[in-house]
Amino acid sequence: MQRTSVRACLARRVSAAVLFAALPFAAVAQTAPAAAPVKLGIVTFLTGPAAGPFGIPGRNSAEIMIEMLNAGKVPAPYATAGLAGAPIVPKFVDENGSTANQVTEFRNLVQRDGMNAVVGYVSSGNCLAVAPVAEELKALTVFWDCGTPRIFEERPLKYVFRATPHATMDSVAAARYALKRFPDLASYSGINQNYAWGQDSWRDFVAAMKSLAPKTTVDKELLPKLFAGEFGAEISALLTTNSKVVHSSFWDGDLESFIVQNGARGLPARSTMIYTAGETAMFRLGAKIPDGTILGARGPHGVMAPDTPLNKWFRGVYEDRFATAPTYPAYHMAQSILGLKAAWDKAAADKGGQQPAIDDVVKAFEGLEFEGPSAKIRMAIGNGHQGIADIAYGSFKFNKAENKAEIVDIVRYPAECVNPPANMTSTAWLEAGMPGAKCN
Amino acid sequence: MITVIAIVTDGLVYAAWLFVVAIGLTLIFGVMKILNVAHGAFYAFGAYAAATAIGLYFDRGWPVAGGYLVVATAAIAIGLLMGYILERVFLRRVYGKDEVVVVLITYALFLILEDVLILIWGTDGRSAYQPYTEAGSFTVGGLPLSVYDIGLVGFAGLLAIVASYTIKKTTFGRLLTAVIYDRETAAAFGVDVSRVYTVTFLVGAVLGALGGALTAPKISVTPGLGVEVIVLAFAVVAIGGMGSMEGALVGALIVGLFRAGAVHLIPQLELFSIYAVMALVLVFRPQGLFSRAQPRKI
Repeated sequence: MQRTSVRACLARRVSAAVLFAALPFAAVAQTAPAAAPVKLGIVTFLTGPAAGPFGIPGRNSAEIMIEMLNAGKVPAPYATAGLAGAPIVPKFVDENGSTANQVTEFRNLVQRDGMNAVVGYVSSGNCLAVAPVAEELKALTVFWDCGTPRIFEERPLKYVFRATPHATMDSVAAARYALKRFPDLASYSGINQNYAWGQDSWRDFVAAMKSLAPKTTVDKELLPKLFAGEFGAEISALLTTNSKVVHSSFWDGDLESFIVQNGARGLPARSTMIYTAGETAMFRLGAKIPDGTILGARGPHGVMAPDTPLNKWFRGVYEDRFATAPTYPAYHMAQSILGLKAAWDKAAADKGGQQPAIDDVVKAFEGLEFEGPSAKIRMAIGNGHQGIADIAYGSFKFNKAENKAEIVDIVRYPAECVNPPANMTSTAWLEAGMPGAKCN
Repeated sequence: MITVIAIVTDGLVYAAWLFVVAIGLTLIFGVMKILNVAHGAFYAFGAYAAATAIGLYFDRGWPVAGGYLVVATAAIAIGLLMGYILERVFLRRVYGKDEVVVVLITYALFLILEDVLILIWGTDGRSAYQPYTEAGSFTVGGLPLSVYDIGLVGFAGLLAIVASYTIKKTTFGRLLTAVIYDRETAAAFGVDVSRVYTVTFLVGAVLGALGGALTAPKISVTPGLGVEVIVLAFAVVAIGGMGSMEGALVGALIVGLFRAGAVHLIPQLELFSIYAVMALVLVFRPQGLFSRAQPRKI
């Protein structure tokens, strides 16, 4: 009886000691609350024609990046969990519908749903409409894919950022690559969709060509309706010219239809096509794209991305989850979310580790430099709100032995070679002959 | 010379496509006096059904020639199914009602069917190029032309002949003409107007689906393609005259040639050309080229 009571007494003492030892930790746990989640609105095309090539890859990228960030599984320098430790809670909104509808949805995200930030928009029209509303509501907004250069060129913005370069870069690099392949190019043509993206792309390409090769002339300037789908007459018009090069910023169904229809009629044998957004179709169409077609990926993305640890990781997790390689929209979304994280973490560090206010994040984001999966991004123009990065173009080749689509003869252009400087608009820079451009 | 060849061939190809799409719409309006906005849905479903059927067919490595039969079969099947359901379940209840009500119902059906299409096939585009690419090409005056496109012109011509023969020479065609001119009198003479309506709607639906099915091998079939085509079909029908098959043919030819000419000669006017032609025709003949002006019944 005596032994049992000694044992019991010892047990009680050990338990008490353990309890007392644990008390400080319990106290700390009780006094250090978990960071409140950051509510993040993600706006992308979930339905409609733009969903397939842009919206869904963007959505998928957002899903995997947010999941990995919350788990702290993104490689350095993004290894800390969430945004400065705060878990991200996304809300996905469909970008399909009218611009007016998108503005309403944006207001709902900010005012009704209390989003701390919004990462959104593929359509340039939507970006242009949402920007002033973001300023009015003082809502931190990161445009992830829209291409119009006009966002920061028409007025300075405080709460709006774009971590992906704008469309001028695509057309300038396309012109440089075309002239590298055809240094004696006499004339060229263009077929672009008749709306902001297509018109801006063609305008910038023509201006770049005028600057780089003033003697080249335009044979045909074709601007069919968006989603026309049937391009028989346009292909005939191109077949009647002597254009060695045809520029196109077509995407999705129009791009695929045009490639199939012009291939059936032998246009690629007479003219080399340049598709500035062609990378999105290379895996779907595969061998239907003629070898030698010049493809852009709106940046050094996809198969043209460098083999960095961050890119290898991103490709790996994306392919594991979605059973397909990430195309450039997926990269654009990843880049935008990582930019937001870099700014948020920096703002928190500046506040001694505390969760920052939105204005703190805005201040940290301005002029920021950060690593994306495929390039270093510098928020260098648009008063530190517009990112610039390198871009790559290459020539398509279908590897018959391995039955896979590849891009070869890749040329990477530095950011300063294909983006306007901070103190000039895109149009002025192109019209002035791209002064200050620093190329390889 | 090559430009002239291009304008003529491109115009005929575009006109052929427009005619196949528009003839069903004008038939339904001519007989049933229904402006069927859901015609765009028939087109879209026909395109998706054909793309799916072509994919399944060619995945099995079956002969190319059979692929064309697959296109037609898919169109007929989906057109009959959709036409039957829409006519029996919805439209039969509103015969004789105010035209605005009927248009609103067909518009609502169109919007519903656009979402049903996404529920069935998802948001990704569908590709089924084999019938188009396997047909090959040939050259005329130095201009490569697609065999499939020229085949479409031939098909549209055949369709026009069959439609004309059916209307003018067959018993059903005569019944149809009687109902077109005066439904009440036709009914008074013992014509089963309800059956004529059903058959007409089914034929119109099949023709709409056929338009989509024939287009599917040339394009990437994506959500929203019905919206684009219904606007064009209305323009053709308005030019030719609502309810007139000859009008649909001539309207399609006018639009096709004008558009081809614009693309080759003044590309900046291409978007505008179709509607400019429509506006010009309607200014001088508000009822269209081949419709008679209707006296107001008191």
